[in-house]
Amino acid sequence: MDTRAHEADQYLVKSEPYYEPVADEARLFEAAYASRVPVLLKGPTGCGKTRFMEFMAWRLGRPLVTVSCHDDLTASDLVGRYLIVGAETVWVDGPLAAAVRLGAICYLDEIVEARKDTTVVIHPLADDRRILPVEKTGEVLRAPPEFLLALSYNPGYQSVLKELKQSTRQRFVALEFGYPAAALEQRIVARETGVDAATAERLVRVAGMTRNLKGNGLDEGASTRLLVHAGKLIALGVPPRAACAAAIVQPLTDEPETLAALHELVASVF
Amino acid sequence: MSSWPRSSERLPAGLLEDRLEELLEACLSSRRTAAALVPGLAALARPQQDFVLHWVGIVARSSAELAYQFAAAAPRALALLGERGAEAWLVEAMDVFDRESMYAASAALKDLSRFARAWDAQAHAARFEDSARVLELFLCGLAGRRLRVDAGEEPWTDTETVYLPREVTLFAARSRNFLVYKAMAALAWAQARFDTFSADLAAAVSGSADPARARAWAAFLEAVRLGAKLERILPGLARDLRALQRPALDATIRSAVAPLARPDAAIGETLAVLRALDLSRPPPAWPYVVRLHPGRVQEVRAARIERERNALRTVLAGLRDELRRERPAEAEGERAGRFEARLSDPTEGAERSVELFLDGAVVAPPVDAASLIQSILQDLGELPPEYLEPAGAGAYVSHAGPGPAGDDEAVQAEAGAAVYDEWDYARRHYRRAWCVLRSRDVHPGDAAFVWRALERYRPQIARLKRTFEALRGEDRLHRREPHGDGIDLDAAVAGLADVAAGRELPARLFVRRHRTERSIAVMFLVDMSGSTKGWINDAEREALVLLCEALDVLGDRYAIYGFSGMTRKRCELYRVKRFDEPYGAAVKGRIAGIAPQDYTRMGVAIRHITRMLLAEEARTRLLVTLSDGKPDDFGDGYRGEYGIEDTRQALFEARRAGIHPFCITIDEQARDYLPHMYGAANYVLVNDVRRLPFQVASVYRRLTG
Repeated sequence: MDTRAHEADQYLVKSEPYYEPVADEARLFEAAYASRVPVLLKGPTGCGKTRFMEFMAWRLGRPLVTVSCHDDLTASDLVGRYLIVGAETVWVDGPLAAAVRLGAICYLDEIVEARKDTTVVIHPLADDRRILPVEKTGEVLRAPPEFLLALSYNPGYQSVLKELKQSTRQRFVALEFGYPAAALEQRIVARETGVDAATAERLVRVAGMTRNLKGNGLDEGASTRLLVHAGKLIALGVPPRAACAAAIVQPLTDEPETLAALHELVASVF
Repeated sequence: MSSWPRSSERLPAGLLEDRLEELLEACLSSRRTAAALVPGLAALARPQQDFVLHWVGIVARSSAELAYQFAAAAPRALALLGERGAEAWLVEAMDVFDRESMYAASAALKDLSRFARAWDAQAHAARFEDSARVLELFLCGLAGRRLRVDAGEEPWTDTETVYLPREVTLFAARSRNFLVYKAMAALAWAQARFDTFSADLAAAVSGSADPARARAWAAFLEAVRLGAKLERILPGLARDLRALQRPALDATIRSAVAPLARPDAAIGETLAVLRALDLSRPPPAWPYVVRLHPGRVQEVRAARIERERNALRTVLAGLRDELRRERPAEAEGERAGRFEARLSDPTEGAERSVELFLDGAVVAPPVDAASLIQSILQDLGELPPEYLEPAGAGAYVSHAGPGPAGDDEAVQAEAGAAVYDEWDYARRHYRRAWCVLRSRDVHPGDAAFVWRALERYRPQIARLKRTFEALRGEDRLHRREPHGDGIDLDAAVAGLADVAAGRELPARLFVRRHRTERSIAVMFLVDMSGSTKGWINDAEREALVLLCEALDVLGDRYAIYGFSGMTRKRCELYRVKRFDEPYGAAVKGRIAGIAPQDYTRMGVAIRHITRMLLAEEARTRLLVTLSDGKPDDFGDGYRGEYGIEDTRQALFEARRAGIHPFCITIDEQARDYLPHMYGAANYVLVNDVRRLPFQVASVYRRLTG
């Protein structure tokens, strides 16, 4: 059992992550955790979903196993597989199975990116059965009370292929994340980067303008994360226009006219 | 005819005259001879002589008269403008000729000095067409809603469209001229944002002795007031504006406008300053001042307010019905279905947040409602309660478009028609808005044709289906992988044998399931020209039947359109199957109904199809053309090189947009021109029409396998 304690220790969030609550999301999350109901975080990229998970894991004192889903992620990547060691096969748990055994919080980031067969292993864990059948070993893992499944999902993608199915989404308590309100976002940017309040305010203004372009040239506006990147560059002495160009404008698009318009917007603010 | 001099030697007068006579024959007479043109041209250097003769040849194809006038004016034009400028001057005149008349074109040619001035300015001008898209996005970023940008005589806005001049040539650097555009656009937005139009400007200026002058002053004063507002929220932009504030203001004006720089200055202050001012002089001519047309603003604003009120009420009715369905227990009777809104206090430069309540319970407003509310707030500064009354049950207000203002498509030349440019290879320019294309349905034909084809090709179809099944995106097991879902037992046994033999255990011992997903959208464009009549048309239709049968197995998204037409003003695209239409009785009927029509103006059809294909979401987009010959059209010289070059250009545009074009043809001469149009490997020649039906399906398999 020692090894398992060691394993759990690796996943623990040791110090308090910086997180500014937007509304009562922390209380809702705690209530869902206490009721053993899985949680779905909805929201655009870079608005603080992952940070929130770290914060909650720290607050609840549970290990946090995070899996960033990608389009090649299969069910066996999550559950586990046999490896060959010497002349023997050895079973190795995937992150989801490990989280169940540890009673950890398992956070599947951007779940729609994963292959469709992953839902097969998520569903029995996400309803009141709370089990993870491991097909290859014939084992059925029962999730301890401390275990929690959390998914994140970006509803902004307009592709039909990247929609979460009803049968999946209706198993979760959903918390909606948006970009923080301007004043709060300023505080976050200032705190995370060390820029002064006036610069943070201008960065947030730039972000607002890029978010206005969502659907008109941009798929997504600048996230809080991008503002933090720009702020960090500015704090290190990069001139604001150049910092915004590198950290906000260029990451958003490759389309020349949209780039030109974004540069003009940045130049209007700084 | 004497021998043509080497390319460096000047052409002698006699040769020039012969050549001009040949080219301009149609418009020469005893009073107007080629000889009259010669003195001017003989003095030119050889490259310029070649330039003139080359273009005389091209223009003469449209109009010998215009070509003559060009030849006469060319020496002066070349001296003034150089070859590039002279080419632009001529192409502009030819555009005028295409659009208007010989008379207008001739006037355009003659007005060489005007063109020369413009050409000079052009070199550093910021042009509307180059800047419009960037400015539109810039405004969208500022305003949070789409403001249309359009060209007009002077800069002004009706609060939905920002009109900007066609070009700005004030400064010697293009970037500074663009800055003027940007300043105008921002100021036009600021007029709407900071309530320029909330006061009755029309009444305020009408009392003045010179209303036009008073309006110009009001526009200037607003530029001052709004500049000060922008200073606070967009300091970078305000810096740009200050750089453009030339001429500097004299002391009297400076002190008169001082109140406008106060943070809380509203339109009322502007009007007060206006009343106190001496209007006998014109206002300072700052380059970016945005004019005011209060009357037109009122019309647009009233229409928008009405439209948005109706749209909001419709959206709210939908929201209420949806919520009632979700909570049926609490529904009828006790719930009145009354909406309320709570607004945050206005703060400078930020949107006011809105909380929406239904019968006291907070509800999340749908995105469209939220943007409507913001737009209404911008107009009215508040949200009157009657705006929150849901429209009556099911009573959708039909004249209310729920979309935000400015989303309507730009008006086409005529309803249901699309207008496309066409490439003129001789001019090396597009002819603007040259072709009109309409979409029609194929009139369904006799479905028995399809049944007969199915019967006749039954064994071949079965075989096709089997081969297509093999293409289907099924799981494939990759063996001997370094990582994977399971153990590759064969590899493991062999590996253990290796170990027993004292060798190292190989690393690749796993199997991995790999799903090949097909994300393909394919468009079949079928030649319906008159020349396909008979065998070819039958073969085309049979080919489509076989193809549809096979594709049904595969599940790729595909659409089928036919094209034909006569002259550039009547290009037609015939719908056989849309992307989202299943292969059923209606499609079968339309396949049977494909009938030979007129000509093949291919470029415009390809441009339209390209646009449709781009609207489909797919990793791979394929355009397969089925044709029986070169592009051809009636009358205006599309036949031959012109048509081939236009088609080539249209295909080039398609490729640049990420579409893979491919051509299947039964024209035996196609080898001469198809590689030029489609590229070496992107076409297939079918020698025997009877082979066409199988060929199409097998080509498709090869392309996508």
